[in-house]
Amino acid sequence: MKTEESIMQRIADAAKAVTRGVDAKDIEHWVTIYIMGRAYKVPADLTILTAMEYAGYRFVRGVGCRQGFCGACSTVYRKEGEYKLQTGMACQTRVEDGMYLVQIPFAPAEKAAYDISKESYDASVFLKFYPEVARCVSCNTCTKSCPQDLEVMDYVQAAIRGDFQSLAEGSFDCIQCGLCAMRCPADIVQYNVAQLGRRMYGRYGMPVPKHLITRLQEIEAGKFRGKMDQLVAVPREQLEKLYASRVREAD
Amino acid sequence: MEPDIHKFPYYPGCTLKTTARNFEVSALACAKKLGIELVELPRWNCCGTVFSLTDDDLIHHVAAVRNLIRVQEMNRDGMVEENRLVTLCSMCFNTLKRVNLLVKENPENLEKINNFMYLEDDYEGNVEVIHFLELLRELDPGAISQRVERPLTGLRVAPYYGCLMLRPREVGIDDPEEPTIQGAILAAVGAEVIYNSYMKVCCGSYQTVNDKSAVARLVYDILSHAQADGAQAIVTSCPLCAYNLDSRQKEVREIYPDFEQIPVFYFTQLMAVAFGFGADLCGFDPNQLVPEHLLK
Ligand code: SF4
Ligand code: SF4
Ligand code: SF4
Ligand code: SF4
Ligand code: FES
Repeated sequence: MKTEESIMQRIADAAKAVTRGVDAKDIEHWVTIYIMGRAYKVPADLTILTAMEYAGYRFVRGVGCRQGFCGACSTVYRKEGEYKLQTGMACQTRVEDGMYLVQIPFAPAEKAAYDISKESYDASVFLKFYPEVARCVSCNTCTKSCPQDLEVMDYVQAAIRGDFQSLAEGSFDCIQCGLCAMRCPADIVQYNVAQLGRRMYGRYGMPVPKHLITRLQEIEAGKFRGKMDQLVAVPREQLEKLYASRVREAD
Repeated sequence: MEPDIHKFPYYPGCTLKTTARNFEVSALACAKKLGIELVELPRWNCCGTVFSLTDDDLIHHVAAVRNLIRVQEMNRDGMVEENRLVTLCSMCFNTLKRVNLLVKENPENLEKINNFMYLEDDYEGNVEVIHFLELLRELDPGAISQRVERPLTGLRVAPYYGCLMLRPREVGIDDPEEPTIQGAILAAVGAEVIYNSYMKVCCGSYQTVNDKSAVARLVYDILSHAQADGAQAIVTSCPLCAYNLDSRQKEVREIYPDFEQIPVFYFTQLMAVAFGFGADLCGFDPNQLVPEHLLK
């Protein structure tokens, strides 16, 4: 726990450049946001996440990568005078004036346990583990709430008809933020359905890559063992040099 | 000579992609032979399965209207030049057609649904929902029989209609008392058509989930009357009817030990046989009971 916290603190500190060390009088644009109902004046160019830190909140949950990948910083908000409830990732969404917001650091969701090697590769697997998929009314609310702009409804529909490829491809960029499931009137947990589908597709649907099998055999036969042992024995400084001078593809 | 191809937007529905694949495979092949290309709707969603009878329950009509919008998009994008949406599953047909009717007759409801789906184009009410059987009925007389390579001569088949193709009257595609639309096709492919009044009795529908024996009793009435009239096979166009009439025969035997099994097909499977298609396109299930002379 100790190390975990200190890592989180280091990442937070690295992000401080944008929230600290600037004199308030040098900041030209301010907005007022409401965090759980309380008003805060914050610089207008912050993200929701950094704005909350600016306001004095310290995150011990509901934050991770700060890069829009981990799906931890789900936020719902409504803007003053607008009826629509909106969603976003706190680390990726800029604050706007009159935002009423709250963090959803955790999405309570049913997650089935299964062994994909024992399941049949057809639509029945979804009905078995997530029968509520059949309740989808095609309202598209999930799609509207997805911060990754995925066609969430389309991939749920693909699951219902056993189209594993469309489901896997359509949900590939899902960061499991949970926002779709929090909004679904049919109580479907879209991202867990999708994960089951991608696993099944990976096992039964995708062609087996031959080069991967060859490479695994090579690894098992010890082809790289000598080189790996050498690397592990090298002192840190030399390792850094080796890393910097490695052969790599152009960016 | 191969006929000119006419493209129609086509709504498959979930069941035709899962447990009733043989219906879709055989139907698409037969359609093609007759110059009809059924172009699957892009991004279609489940039709909603059951038409909601609660008239202010608009959320349950959203799914169907969304599919009708896809038909508009296909026309807009030049994928088809045809506003008639073809369905195969009787249940999809019934749900889509009834919702279409509901929103055409209630502009206020349509407006509400359109507003709810603000990310989509508005549905303008120009789509017509039809069943594949209606398309076949429109063909020139002889269009089907001309293409028969293996007439089903001597096979006695009872067409089963059930509810969803015929009722309620405003969406039915045939006379609700004396339907002939499937029988005409069976006759065109050389089969002997057995008519009896049980062909429009409900198969028990979704009762099959909770009360197998209630369904088994209905299925017994339907099948045993057809058998008494000499039928050797039953055809239908609804995956749920097909499931009840076929899979519940096990329960029928438990209640009526004298009952003899009878095969159940989609009408398109028998068309595919008559058109001379191979086993892959006829879509017989390996466990299915198939009269021997159909397999020759
Ligand atoms: S699909 Fe759902 S869980 Fe995945 S990123 Fe979109 S909203 Fe988040
Ligand atoms: S929010 Fe739920 S019911 Fe609505 S389209 Fe998405 S999965 Fe279906
Ligand atoms: S029925 Fe649904 S849409 Fe209507 S108020 Fe209740 S939750 Fe909201
Ligand atoms: S009626 Fe049945 S098969 Fe047709 S789309 Fe609806 S659920 Fe799927
Ligand atoms: S902190 Fe990881 S997505 Fe925002």
